[in-house]
Parts: sequence; C-alpha cells; structure tokens
Amino acid sequence: MKRIISLLLEHEPGALARVAGLFTARGYNIESLTVAPTEDPSLARMTIVTTGSDAIIEQITKQLNKLVDVVKLRTMSDGRYLGRELMLVKVVAGTPDQRNDMQRLVSIFRGRIIDVTDATYTIEMTGNSDKADAFLLALNDVELIEVVRSGILGIGRGKHILRV
Amino acid sequence: MRLTGADIVVNCLKDEGVEYIFGYPGGAALHIYDAIYNQGAVKHILVRHEQGATHAADGYARATGKPGVVLVTSGPGVTNTVTGLATAHMDSIPMVVITGQVPSGLIGDDAFQEVDTVGVTRPCVKHNFLVKDVKKIAETIKKAFYIAMTGRPGPVVVDIPKDISAETAEYHYPRKIEMRSYQPRTRGHGKMIKKSVELLLSAKQPIIYTGGGAILAEAEVPLTRLVDKLGYPSTSTLMGLGAIPARHPTFLGMLGMHGTYESNMAMYHCDVMLAVGARFDDRVTGDLDKFAPNARIIHIDIDPSSIGKNVSVEVPIVGDCKSVLEDMLELLEGVSDSIHRSAVDDWWETIKGWKRVDSLQYDMSDTVIKPQYVIQKLFEITKGDAYVTSDVGQHQMWAAQYYQFQKPRRWINSGGLGTMGFGLPAAMGVQLGFPDDLVVCVTGDASIQMCLQELSTCLQYNLPIKVLNLNNQYMGMVRQWQEFFYDRRYSHSYMDALPDFVKLSESYGHVGIRVDSPKEVESAIQEAISMKDRLVFIDVITDPEENVYPMIAAGKGHNEIHLKPSRGEIENRELA
Ligand SMILES: Cc1ncc(C[n+]2csc(CCOP(=O)(O)OP(=O)(O)O)c2C)c(N)n1
Repeated sequence: MKRIISLLLEHEPGALARVAGLFTARGYNIESLTVAPTEDPSLARMTIVTTGSDAIIEQITKQLNKLVDVVKLRTMSDGRYLGRELMLVKVVAGTPDQRNDMQRLVSIFRGRIIDVTDATYTIEMTGNSDKADAFLLALNDVELIEVVRSGILGIGRGKHILRV
Repeated sequence: MRLTGADIVVNCLKDEGVEYIFGYPGGAALHIYDAIYNQGAVKHILVRHEQGATHAADGYARATGKPGVVLVTSGPGVTNTVTGLATAHMDSIPMVVITGQVPSGLIGDDAFQEVDTVGVTRPCVKHNFLVKDVKKIAETIKKAFYIAMTGRPGPVVVDIPKDISAETAEYHYPRKIEMRSYQPRTRGHGKMIKKSVELLLSAKQPIIYTGGGAILAEAEVPLTRLVDKLGYPSTSTLMGLGAIPARHPTFLGMLGMHGTYESNMAMYHCDVMLAVGARFDDRVTGDLDKFAPNARIIHIDIDPSSIGKNVSVEVPIVGDCKSVLEDMLELLEGVSDSIHRSAVDDWWETIKGWKRVDSLQYDMSDTVIKPQYVIQKLFEITKGDAYVTSDVGQHQMWAAQYYQFQKPRRWINSGGLGTMGFGLPAAMGVQLGFPDDLVVCVTGDASIQMCLQELSTCLQYNLPIKVLNLNNQYMGMVRQWQEFFYDRRYSHSYMDALPDFVKLSESYGHVGIRVDSPKEVESAIQEAISMKDRLVFIDVITDPEENVYPMIAAGKGHNEIHLKPSRGEIENRELA
C-alpha cells in the first residue's frame, strides 16, 4: 500500500543521506522523496512516498524516528491530508491540430502552457498524483519529449499539524 | 580560557571523565596527539592496528559500562575502524570515536589520506558528526557522549579536520545537553506494564527470555528478583548471559542455534513469553513461522524499532529494562508467590524431562583434548568469576555453553556481527578496566590471527591476559557447516601453516604453553593463572573434528533441534 510520510529534520549536511541510506540499507521502497528548507531555517521538511504492508510502514516510521536528525514525523493517513505534485511535460506540438488538441486537454486538466517553441509546448500541472497520471494517459497519442515530476508534497488537513 | 581545537578535544575527554583513549596517530590527528602529549589525565593506549583500538574500547565499555574512546587519523585510520564500529553498533555498545580529517579546505579534493568519514561510517554507527567550526567542538563531543550512552547505546564518530584542531576558541564544556531531535524514553507505559503483569500471572507455560539489553540496562537485580518471585523458567541469548546467574535454579541455559535442548523446547512450547532487552535475532528464533507458535509475547526494549520488527508482540513496552522491571515488581508486590508457582508445576515437570536429556553432555577422552572439557575446567578453576572474551566460531559457542556466567558484564563477545579478531583486543580493554581481575580470551587458531599484532600492545602496557587458544587446526565452525551441509567438502577451512604459537608468544615477550594431553589441561590453566603479571598464551591442541551441539540449523524451528548424533535418535523419536 502507498503511504506518505512527512518529517521534519535538522537542516544539517548529511541528514538527507541518512534518510536515503536507511531506505536502501533496509530494503524499503522509495517512490518519491522531496526535501526543502522550512520557514525555520534550522529545519528541513521531507515528504516520502513509500509502499509496504502496515508492518513495514510501522518499521519504516520507527527506524526514521530513530535517526538522530529526525525531529518529528507523521504518516499521512487517507482523508486527513492533502497531497500535491508538480509536473512539467514537454510535448511535440508543431502542427495547428496538435496545438489545438493540446490547448483543449491542458484546459480540461487545469494545467498551464508555460513555454512554446515552433515545435513544442511545455505544460505545468499541479494536483494529486492521480490527476497527473490521468493527464499522462490522456496524452496517449501525443509524442512526449520529457516528463518531470516533483514527487508528492503532503500537508495534514485542518488540525493535523506537523511542526516543532 | 582560549585553547586550540586539539586542546579542547583533550579537555572535553578529561571533563567527561575518560580514563583511556585507544588510538593510533597519523597526519590529520597530530595536533590532537600533541595535546595528549602535554597532559597526564587521559591515558593513551597505543594499539598496533586501528581495528584493535575499536575492539579494545568496545571491550572496555562492555566490561565497565563506561563509554570506550578511540582516536585515529583520517583515511586508512578511519577505514580500519569500520569493523570495530559495526561490531559495537550491532551489539549496542557505547563508544566515541574521534577521527582526524584532512583540512577543511581540502575536503572533497581527494586529498592525501582523505576518505568521506561520515559517509563511510554512517551505516555502522548510531550517529556521526563532521565538526566544521572550532567553537562547536566541545558541544559536539558532549552530544557524542550523550548519544552514545543514552537510549539504545551505540558508537558515535566525531570527525575533526586538521585546521579545526589548530584554530583556537574559548573552552567551555557543557554540563548538560538537550537535543530536540533526540529524546530517548526510559519509563515504560504504565498501562502496558499492568497488562504485562496480568498476562504473566495468567500463564501456564511461561518463559522469561533475556538479551544483551538487560546487561546494558544493568537490570540484573530486578530481573533476578522477578524470576525469584514468579519462579518461572528463564533463558538467555548469547548476549544476555550473566544477567540471570547461570546457576540460578530457574535458568535453563542459553537458547538459540546452539542453546540447550530445554531452553529451546521451552521457547517452542511456551504460552507466555517475556522478552527483556532481546531483539528476536534469527540465530535465536530460527524459522519465524515456527517460532513459539502458541506464545503471547511481552517485549520490553528501549528501542521502539526492535519491538514488532521480527515477531508480532501483544504487549509492547518501550523503556529501560531496569526501570520497567522495577515497575513490574511493584505491581507484583501484593501478589502471593504460591498461586502462580503452583500454576506452573506441570510446566516445570515437562521442563525437567527435557533437562534430563542433558544436551550439553559430551564424550570424554583420555587421549585427545575435548574443547568442552577445557572450558569446563576453566570454569571450575575460576568459579565463574573471570572476565571471558572470545572470538567467533566453535570456541565461542563452547565458552558460552560451558562457562557458567554468574555475573553480568563478564562475557564479552561479538554476538551481532560475529567479528573474528575481537577477542584479544577486547581483552585488553577489559584488563585496563579491571587491572586486578582475571581476564581470559578464549579463541581459536584462525580467529587469534586476525588481531594477533595486539600481543605487542599487551607487552607495552603489561596486560596479563590469559589467551586460551582452542587449537583444532580448522576454522572449526566453518568445517562443521561443511560437514553438515556440504558433504564434508572442507573447502578452505583447514588452517595450513599454523605458526608455533608458543614461540610466537615468546617472541612478543610473553609466556607460551602448549597442551596436548587431557591430563595437562587443568595444571596448565592453573599455571597460567598463577603468573599474575604475565600474559600467558595457552595453546591447547584439541580434537580437530569436534562439533558444537545441540544445533538448530539456520531457518529451522526450535523443535527441530539436533543433539549429538549418538543421542539424537532417541530424542527425535520422542519429539515426533
Ligand atoms: C572477520 C570474519 N571473517 C569470517 C568469519 C566467518 N567465520 C565464522 S567462524 C569461522 C572460523 C573460526 O575459526 P577459529 O577461530 O579457528 O575457531 P573455531 O571455530 O575453530 O573454534 C569463520 C571463518 C567471521 N565470523 N569473521
């Protein structure tokens, strides 16, 4: 099962390597991992998407908590969090038909075209991962040049808060 | 007071109460070595290989309960410590390892003797630091000791670039340290403790199973009181030996791969299991699907990630073993002893039947020396009071089986990583910690050669260790597996070209004794012990093809235990 784990960790060199190293050393999956500083410069916030049984997820959270650099951690359970992903897609769009089709699709998915050349469009899209997947599926007949996904960022709903 | 970084390091160690640093100098550590030269409070022990330094510090920590401290240089100095770090990490031994690093400006340039110390050591330490500012040295070292000693203990590395140890700063050693990201819990959860006591009292076939955590937490007093109070059978992992005295009437001996028949059978058939500071390692559980199929498990451990990692637990208690056991005893205070004791009468009858199998019985011989006999004699002569270190292999298992440890911190071995080469340097650390006590290193002809160079250190510091080499001319444990599982194809497990250990010890300035007849065993051990101020190397030529029994093959269940072949048949029939 897919799970999102959010953590606050000391913004120290090597902290990211400790987290990543833990996943490889213990054979856990990482589907995506994002990390950036927070409003408090001494802390970084990380969102990890992983898969595993409940028992494995429990081990992952315990092992993460054991890392000296990890200050706080939450698993984001269904319904209690918002997950968003940013995706950038570059497609072939040279002919008027291709360009029209693309514009229509992008507006259906509430994306934005952020760069245009003679032969290509670059599209920006945010949303949950399902939406990003659905968009890529809808691009079935289109020639994709590049797809860049940020991985998921998660935040708890309402009173579900992760801070020190 | 303004000091150089190097002086700050040494002052920190002094203020932390460090007696000994085990180390080896080199370029990046020379400022710190100069600071050591100028003082007398912290004594430096010069080893002959950095692996030896880590094992010595580790042995010191295991025996004394105080953190072991190491100082090495960058690059090869660091990579030589990796085995020792991993050894300590696996067994949760507190150490602080200070490493010199190339100057900050050269880090990342593939400078001479540069290695990414933080990167190389990360998977085998509890935590590590690279100090980039001389003003941070004192705080970092304080953190290192705090992290090493609290929670589930472990080794911590502090990497200090050469320029940082030359710069100066005001020295102030913090008395206390708080870390928002590291706050180990010690008290167990009251509700869980209550539940555990209720479950224990409801048991018909209970077992108390202790591990290395009970020793690290110094939980022997409440543990033995609990066992006394309940009268339940108890057993221990390799790492936990001595927490409950081996001669305690409830103690069934070691469990696991080479544990006694009665303890493994009791584990298999129990209905309630209390695990104290043990981690359900595969050498203990065997096949997890066949592990204690009817047991309701209570697990006390300071490390939440140990609980529920390998087996599912009904009552998890995160906390310090000692504090949790004390809380349990308090709840048991009002409970009369007789009720639960009589509830387990039948269980004890069954266990007594298993005990009668006498699974540690071995065939004596008048001509070849049986290794078990050597350990038994050692035990009898020393009355279970010696510090015994060991290496890895058959001799280690025989020491664990036949030396009946009556006290905690007397049995010093690498259980988790199984590091050959551990025994001799570990014994040095133990002997420094307890200069007046008897320290015996039980080793094998292969293992002893992995850190043999430390014999030289022993001479320099007058460490009167007794090395008891069970010399079977094989890597015995490897040979045993090849006999059982590879049709006796003894691929590269024969020790050809063994040195003359007696001459070798003599050339290092020690006393060597060779023993090749069973009659001489006792007197040789006695003679060695009587040489109180000399290291004596006793080279005992043992039965080359003796095997360790009982044995549960890797991945089998406790009920699939094999006894010595001459007895196994009867028992296996009984089992079926
Ligand atoms: C550093 C290291 N290398 C290899 C092994 C694998 N190993 C385990 S026991 C053993 C043989 C040990 O032989 P010896 O020291 O003579 O002891 P014996 O089993 O004969 O008592 C070996 C090679 C190990 N545990 N550690």
